[in-house]
Amino acid sequence: MIVRAIRRLGPSAALAAGVLLALALAAILAPLAELALGLDAEAVDLFGRLQPPSAEHPLGTDELGRDLLLRLLYGGRVSLTVGVVAAVAAASIGTAVGLASGYLGGRTDALLMRLADGVIALPLLPLLIVLAAVDLTKLGLSPEAAASETVLLGRLVLLVTLVGWPTTARLVRAATLGLRRREFVEAARTLGYSPLRIALRHVLPNAAAPILVATTLAVGNVVLFESVLSFLGLGIRPPTPSWGNMLTGAQELIWETPSLAVWPGVLIFATVVSVNLLGDALRDALDPRSRRRSGG
Amino acid sequence: MLRYVAFRLLQCLAVLLLLSAATYGLLGLMPGDPIDLMVGSDPRVTSEDIARLKALQGLDRPVWERYLNWLAAALHGDLGYSRLYTRPVLDIVAERMPRTLLLITLALLLALVVAVPAAVVAARNPGGAVDRGINLVCFAGISVPPFWLALLLIIVFAVTLGWLPAGGTASADGGGALDRARHLVLPVLTLAAASVAAYTRHLRAALIEALSEDYVRTARAKGLSERLVATRHALRNALLPVVTLLGLDVGSLVSGALVTETMFAQPGMGKTIYDAVMGNDYNLALVGLLVAAAATLLGNLAADIAYARLDPRIVYRAEDGS
Repeated sequence: MIVRAIRRLGPSAALAAGVLLALALAAILAPLAELALGLDAEAVDLFGRLQPPSAEHPLGTDELGRDLLLRLLYGGRVSLTVGVVAAVAAASIGTAVGLASGYLGGRTDALLMRLADGVIALPLLPLLIVLAAVDLTKLGLSPEAAASETVLLGRLVLLVTLVGWPTTARLVRAATLGLRRREFVEAARTLGYSPLRIALRHVLPNAAAPILVATTLAVGNVVLFESVLSFLGLGIRPPTPSWGNMLTGAQELIWETPSLAVWPGVLIFATVVSVNLLGDALRDALDPRSRRRSGG
Repeated sequence: MLRYVAFRLLQCLAVLLLLSAATYGLLGLMPGDPIDLMVGSDPRVTSEDIARLKALQGLDRPVWERYLNWLAAALHGDLGYSRLYTRPVLDIVAERMPRTLLLITLALLLALVVAVPAAVVAARNPGGAVDRGINLVCFAGISVPPFWLALLLIIVFAVTLGWLPAGGTASADGGGALDRARHLVLPVLTLAAASVAAYTRHLRAALIEALSEDYVRTARAKGLSERLVATRHALRNALLPVVTLLGLDVGSLVSGALVTETMFAQPGMGKTIYDAVMGNDYNLALVGLLVAAAATLLGNLAADIAYARLDPRIVYRAEDGS
């Protein structure tokens, strides 16, 4: 059934789904690749720095002599996890806000939409940089906890979620506005159901299409934001690899080994392009009006 | 209209005020402490000295009181000193601002020059091979991480071909106008990429919509050439949503400028904000962020005003809010 659904989306979307699936599988199976190559992803080999591709290291080694392919696979785990988790979180908040805004209307609607407009209008990257630079020990966390991988990951997810929700909120609001005057919603209201129940049981399922599209597109944005923040040294920190922070070191070595700067970027690019293509195809497939407008 | 603009300007001021308070609080949470950074690890400084210094600078006061003091000083034109550059913050902003404005203006112009013809060509035959090709390129433009695009451009044009410089504003010997222009090429290309893609997609959609309107059918019925119909009739109306997009795009251009300027060592506001945050330069970071936010808010306002001027059907009232 899934295969048929993807086929209906068209060839480019099918290709995009394939690429995403392959990337996710590769990231999940990273430990297997480690076994197969007989290498340790974290092993530093200062005598084997910046090696060209060989049988032992299929893509060569980085500036500390670590295997590039394994780092890319493990980096994919981090980047894709952050992407999916933060996108789902942002879409959930956006859905809640959009439902409340669209269904309740009036002052709630005005307030929530002004807030969403405000977030969209702000220069996000400078703000994210300030937020990412906050010293967590000053918020009462112990130094060890503040430097732990989980906390840093969590913070990154939180930050990206914070700026990601307004797009979904607007889409869901638009869908809700259209649904709330429909007969079945009127009927539910006549039956005396509470607004919460109507919003969750009657409006939400019918707004599933825009929510799905918004979540898909959000993954792409989130992966981009994560890579920029990690690249600037404010997201995932080494030695934990992420596609973004693997490029930080690559910039300094660009005159000696430009190839180091290519691979992580190719994977980010492939992920984001695929997600965007898939999201666009989903929108066309689920919303007949947009198909008419966007043609191809 | 005038009342509406005044109302919106007041709204912008309120947002900036809120943002300055929030950022002031956040900056206090950044690593380090101004006094510790000042005395460094000087062994002769005792903890009493530090306490005295803190009291002298007002740092023993609660954060809201410090903020109000900062605000009062800021309203009198005193935005404090930069720790990194040991000069007034205002001087640094005045010095760095033109570079960012230059980069953003050039990127916007380039984006329009490329996007308008591309959209016209794509909209001529929606779903055709040309349209699909342009669409694919747009997807690439939207999806490429800006810093990676910068890295690729450096690899191709600076490292491999050696045609263009990898960063800076001019060669070490000062260089002429041509040399300075060469230093602008890669940063502007990087900055423009996402905007080109976004404008083309929006304009294409608007054009296709406009081409199905009655006035276009009338123009065709009059016997006008398809080219005239597209440029004179459809394009003029389709440009309307793009005007709004231009205004809204200021925010992403400011964000983009941060990445681009850092990658290409351009002395603009974006790099200044990044350096200030990374170097614990609280005063400079705060002002830089507010300047970026003000630019974005004004961009949005300008878009709304232009929209109303271009489309006589749109009337704004102060009570509308947006």
